[in-house]
Amino acid sequence: MTIAEFTPVVLGAAFAAGFLGSLTGLGGGVIVTPVLTLFLGVDLRYAIGATLVSVIATSSGAAAAYVRDGLSNIRIGMFLEIATTLGAVAGAYLGTHVPTRTLSIVFGVVLLQAAWQSSRGHKSSAKPHPPDPLGERLKLNGTYNTAAGSESYAVYRVKTGFGLMFGAGILSGLLGIGSGSLKVIAMDQAMRIPFKVSTATSNFMIGVTAAASASVYLSRGYVSPGIAMPVMLGVLAGSLLGARFLPRLPVRILRRVFAVIVGVIALQMIVSGVLGRI
Amino acid sequence: MKTHKVTDKSIESMISILLRIGVLVSGSVVLIGGICYLILHGGQPESHHIFRGTPAIDRIVPEIVQGAIGLRARSIIQFGLLLLIATPILRVAFSLVGFAIERDRTYVVITSIVLAVLLFSLISGTIQG
Repeated sequence: MTIAEFTPVVLGAAFAAGFLGSLTGLGGGVIVTPVLTLFLGVDLRYAIGATLVSVIATSSGAAAAYVRDGLSNIRIGMFLEIATTLGAVAGAYLGTHVPTRTLSIVFGVVLLQAAWQSSRGHKSSAKPHPPDPLGERLKLNGTYNTAAGSESYAVYRVKTGFGLMFGAGILSGLLGIGSGSLKVIAMDQAMRIPFKVSTATSNFMIGVTAAASASVYLSRGYVSPGIAMPVMLGVLAGSLLGARFLPRLPVRILRRVFAVIVGVIALQMIVSGVLGRI
Repeated sequence: MKTHKVTDKSIESMISILLRIGVLVSGSVVLIGGICYLILHGGQPESHHIFRGTPAIDRIVPEIVQGAIGLRARSIIQFGLLLLIATPILRVAFSLVGFAIERDRTYVVITSIVLAVLLFSLISGTIQG
């Protein structure tokens, strides 16, 4: 395949990944990586490098719109970024010592469970505790705009969310992904933040998490211009389009899309791990 | 509390504009470099199946900048990607200023920690290269 043939194929795949990534808070990276490696035969290390860059593009592109619309909670994002950036640095160091195929399988299993849990939705009776006083102290509680007007929300289980975010950061640094799915789970499931606020804040955080490990990957020669260029441009265009759709979509459909995507990714992670492809 | 809300709003709109500019500028630079790259190298075979690692000119920051000034297609792409990596780091720095103006000490500390971690990884990544 020549460069002139290869580039448009990568561009198209990246566009689709960016669109889905910004709708679900996944970040697109987890979709780009399997397409590049499984279908186009790209070496995983180049795929990781291009993915990391695309992850920053998705996050920043979509977050600009979400922040303007007041969907991202910048205090929640900033507070939890302590955990994700520390995790990302730890993950980059861990990556040189722990076999990624082992972690890939564990990650896949965790995600499968999460996809199942996410597809079931919230139980309205599942808020037995009062909101976390730590959330009050850190001014994490907020309001956001819905079709019915402004709605306020409180934050639960801040420490659990913070711990999950550290794990999300480790996986992000280790695998070169934004790990937006884990970020959404930490906020949506553990901290009981509204789903749309969770996905928008996840998008807001992903760029910072990815930037923590991107410079390391760049200096190691993982970021190849011939592949990072179409991936970044495609994902960017897709994510900008996706951000325009999010405020208009019902949460139930979003949740289902999210669950299916996470499930597919989980299986792909497990298979890649078992076959030693990762 | 009311002034907090007002400042929060202006921080949010500042961050939104910064992210937009960062993405637009880096995207344009990558696009220009990409068009040059396709024109100059479009007919060559694509070789991403075997990992060799990019050459020093495409992975060491000062060399990327120098190559971009010399209008080398691949260097222009890498320079655009550098601008993209810098965007979220700048966003955190911007937030730090915003929280300082608000005199929100808790969030000045929180944001400083995040910025310190980012700068540490940036510097240690460059040293390793």
